[in-house]
Amino acid sequence: MNYRVLVRKNLFRHKLRASLMIVCILTAFAIFGVLGSIERAVNAGQDVAAADRLVVVNKINFTQPLPIAYFDRVRAIEGVQQVTHVNWFGGYYQDPKNSLVVMAVDPTTYMDVYGNELDISSAARQSFIRERTGALVGDAMAKKWGWKVGDHVPITSSIFTQKNGSSSWDFTVVGIFTGKKPEVDTNFMVFQYDYFNETRALGKDQIGWITLRTASPALNDRVARTIDQMFANSPYETATDTEKAFSKAFVAQFGNIALIVELVVGAAFVTILMIVGNTLMMSVRERTREIGVLKSLGFSGGRILRLVLGESILVALTGGLAGLGLAVLFIVAIRDNVGGLLPKIILSPEIALLGLALMLGFGIVTGLIPALNAMRLRIAVALGRN
Amino acid sequence: MAERFDPASATGGAAPAAAHGLVSIRHVSKSYERGDQIVQVLTDINLEIARGDFVALMGPSGSGKSTLLNLVAGIDKPDGGSILVNGEDITSLSEGDLAGWRASSVGFIFQFYNLMPVLSAYENVELPLLLTGLSGRERRERAELTLGLVGLADRMDHRPNELSGGQQQRVAIARAIVGDPLLLIADEPTGDLDRTSAFEILNLLDRLNTELGKTIVMVTHDPAAARYARRVLHLDKGKFIENTELAA
Repeated sequence: MNYRVLVRKNLFRHKLRASLMIVCILTAFAIFGVLGSIERAVNAGQDVAAADRLVVVNKINFTQPLPIAYFDRVRAIEGVQQVTHVNWFGGYYQDPKNSLVVMAVDPTTYMDVYGNELDISSAARQSFIRERTGALVGDAMAKKWGWKVGDHVPITSSIFTQKNGSSSWDFTVVGIFTGKKPEVDTNFMVFQYDYFNETRALGKDQIGWITLRTASPALNDRVARTIDQMFANSPYETATDTEKAFSKAFVAQFGNIALIVELVVGAAFVTILMIVGNTLMMSVRERTREIGVLKSLGFSGGRILRLVLGESILVALTGGLAGLGLAVLFIVAIRDNVGGLLPKIILSPEIALLGLALMLGFGIVTGLIPALNAMRLRIAVALGRN
Repeated sequence: MAERFDPASATGGAAPAAAHGLVSIRHVSKSYERGDQIVQVLTDINLEIARGDFVALMGPSGSGKSTLLNLVAGIDKPDGGSILVNGEDITSLSEGDLAGWRASSVGFIFQFYNLMPVLSAYENVELPLLLTGLSGRERRERAELTLGLVGLADRMDHRPNELSGGQQQRVAIARAIVGDPLLLIADEPTGDLDRTSAFEILNLLDRLNTELGKTIVMVTHDPAAARYARRVLHLDKGKFIENTELAA
């Protein structure tokens, strides 16, 4: 026997009580793991946003269009090195539940601007530029739907319709690209803007936003100011900001995810902290006599403190690790079902480490008061001897 | 032979002297607060206990015998006076040092055994050895040897609730002696046992005293149990009133 065995045996002396405490903690950490991972996945775009990339959107908000004529005018501004334009398509595959990230882009300039992030073979580049209905598909998306180069894929838009009244566009997969870094999301597809622009019923010669790369991040402020001044007082005023800010604004349309996560996780933790703390207090109070005996045997106050804290930390770690394990299962289920919305959702090492720190903190906070009470307990009082 | 103390004497109670005293209690007083009242439990107590002695403390409830036992065992501190055990004044030790002293110097035997219900007999006996620097193998050897000494070698893996009262008390005795302490403190060790089990326990304590030379201080209400001691000290209202030397 050693101290760990003693701690474990004390904790599990009432198996039902210990199990209920573990279930409580498991629930809190499962919520933490799932919501924390969702929040990170939603904000993933901000993490990979390049420092020297600016995004020009309609000043009203980014869902409003810009005239395509702006593209050439922005390209001509001093300090702008590469520029492209993008239009959100709002697509889904076969069923509206299978929503996809699909964008209409200018092939050549798009591959220039995102060439540092996306690994696109030379053959795929050529095909994408050449074939009017060609689409480049990220490997995550291709893998998810089992698409290969040469496949014909019908994608339906939930926003646009064609001149012929159909909302479905047919594409041919001309290449599958990968990310040059693991954090780059490849669960999306791009196709030719010209094909989109010629076939759509409304909004001709309009684009969603312009993305540009400056010669140096130091030029960002000046270039952004120049662009916005250029289109000031026009029917389509612009707001130019970094790609990171754009990603942030995109995420913000769903609400303050971080705040929601913090509130929900915080409420779960506070509630469970009180339940577990109270249960531990009760558990230690029931053992007053045993603590007195341990002290009479020579266990110092410090050892008693560590024994009780050991129990609270053990229960927190058992419940917490099980909770994070459950969160992983939930996350896999989320990825399988709504992967199109949250393609990068994983329980990251950062969340796991934060979870571990929270477990230790949780264990210390819930166990501290009973541990201090046990440490200060006078033997004669504990044994009922005065 | 009974020796009557003079309550008016300067010591407040005669202290039977011993040539090689293990415990020396000098002018010890103790009081407790009960609400707004101060209750004087022990008054100017003096006592010498020799190494290898077996002392029984008797007296009516509230006479101060359990309080005296607490003080000798280092689980409470007197208001005044000194308690020397093996030459060390335990009243001057800090709480931490006192815990270390108890671990190395005192073995407790309680009326209600006070075994850890979640631990086996073996683990209960091993418990005090966790405070020593002994290896796992050494701890196991000593715990098994001690359980064999009290006749429970075949009950090592049993939990306390799987043992009879007498067996539980024998486990408690094994736990008390496994660390080879200077002093065994027994508080009504037979108070919760039937007569047969009580005799077994008293015979075991007698063997520990006579064969292994353990010094024992035992509180008891039972005159039959007290007869196992070498001498019986009677307390009343916080003072010694009688000292009975018994034949070995």
